[in-house]
Amino acid sequence: MSNRKVGSDRVKRGMAEMQKGGVIMDVVNAEQAKIAEAAGAVAVMALERVPSDIRQAGGVARMANPKIIEEVMNAVSIPVMAKARIGHISEARILESMGVDYIDESEVLTPADEEFHILKSDYVVPFVCGCRDLGEALRRIGEGASMLRTKGEPGTGNIVEAVRHIRKVNGQIAVLSSMSNDELMTFARDLGAPYELVKEVKEKGKLPVVNFAAGGVATPADAALMMSLGADGVFVGSGIFKSDTPEKFARAIVRATTNYEDYELLAELSKDLGEPMKGIEISHIGEKERMQERGW
Amino acid sequence: MVRIDKTVGVLDVQGAVREHLLALKTLGIKAVSVKRPEDFDGLDGLIIPGGESTAIGRLIREQGLEDRLRAFHKAGKGIFGTCAGLILCSTDESHKTNDLRLGFIDMEVERNGFGRQVASFEMPLKFEGIDQEVEAVFIRAPYIQSVGPGVKVLAAVDDKIVAAEHENVLVTAHHPELTEDYAVLNYFLDKFVDGSEVAA
Repeated sequence: MSNRKVGSDRVKRGMAEMQKGGVIMDVVNAEQAKIAEAAGAVAVMALERVPSDIRQAGGVARMANPKIIEEVMNAVSIPVMAKARIGHISEARILESMGVDYIDESEVLTPADEEFHILKSDYVVPFVCGCRDLGEALRRIGEGASMLRTKGEPGTGNIVEAVRHIRKVNGQIAVLSSMSNDELMTFARDLGAPYELVKEVKEKGKLPVVNFAAGGVATPADAALMMSLGADGVFVGSGIFKSDTPEKFARAIVRATTNYEDYELLAELSKDLGEPMKGIEISHIGEKERMQERGW
Repeated sequence: MVRIDKTVGVLDVQGAVREHLLALKTLGIKAVSVKRPEDFDGLDGLIIPGGESTAIGRLIREQGLEDRLRAFHKAGKGIFGTCAGLILCSTDESHKTNDLRLGFIDMEVERNGFGRQVASFEMPLKFEGIDQEVEAVFIRAPYIQSVGPGVKVLAAVDDKIVAAEHENVLVTAHHPELTEDYAVLNYFLDKFVDGSEVAA
């Protein structure tokens, strides 16, 4: 008993490794959670509203009511994630005390702190955070994030921002991999990233944690695209339960994520799905309304 | 040791596939990803990785892999299931679930038996047949509640069984692939792939 170690990097990052190649789905109640689980989701994100509804409702978006989270936790046997506001230490501690399996320190909610993110290494529960570039990715890992995801632009059903973010991160890793060691400190300064982590990424040629796609995945083809661009798995927010046929969409996105290079199958999967969620063109969202601009 | 000629597949529908492939390659084994029925051709052994057992079970059926998996087992080829792989290899005599159970080892399993993620842990583990303790990482891990006749128990945490073998199948609740300790993988390769234990 005494030689058991909980909350180590290996245990926290390992949890995210087990989610690879899978789909994590946003749900707002137990019934949706069961649909997601039956469709083959590897985890669910328990929320009060999906991002597109948060966007519409306006006002301050906070951690979900613990009652909803508890209902979802009781309804399924797969891992349950929940969102805390950026910098909201108390929301995070509440979620940890409830035993949620992963906390998303998320720009989808209204930030509680515009300067500081949560010091995630202090927690036993692992965290996932959004990133738009390598600097942001390494700052979050430096604070203790055990998993990353692209920020994309949540609730839009528009994949363009998630594509921008995954290409940016992977492009910067490629550049870093070809640098000589005497260039690393300057590169770290330019990125605003911890030097030790920059060095580690150069040595390994990859991030030390998994990086999922998020923020705009609306169709099986979107999920396949993000996997082709090097995402380790996919978060789908509004895309499933804002579509005409959530169960079919959920199943199709799960299979598309596994078989992202099997284009004949992707064609099959994309038939008879009905309408996906309505999308929003990014230029129609003012820069101040873009969720990806929250956090740094 | 004739390992150099051996090919080991890693079931690649969801989960920690990359780590297993990398570990196999590190040990000089030809490692291939198994996504479609034809990927079973020419394999000497198979690893069913960790991940979410519900998702992996569903995808095994949807990808049309179940028949090939069962035939592979019947042919006496070595199979190694870690975590979700252990769950999939178990029997489900109490019919607690509609999820896929392959029944490769006669054992009943408690999913998430150690609790949720906040209770996940790592520890040095005594493992029957391996001299030193192995580095064991348990992530929302299952344990084996009971085993049938002939099943050999290899490791336990307190009174909970976490590793076992029977004929051509080895299962562990922990994730050797998350460490650089290759003792359990070597044990699998020596005993189940190189041919000493192959039973039909």
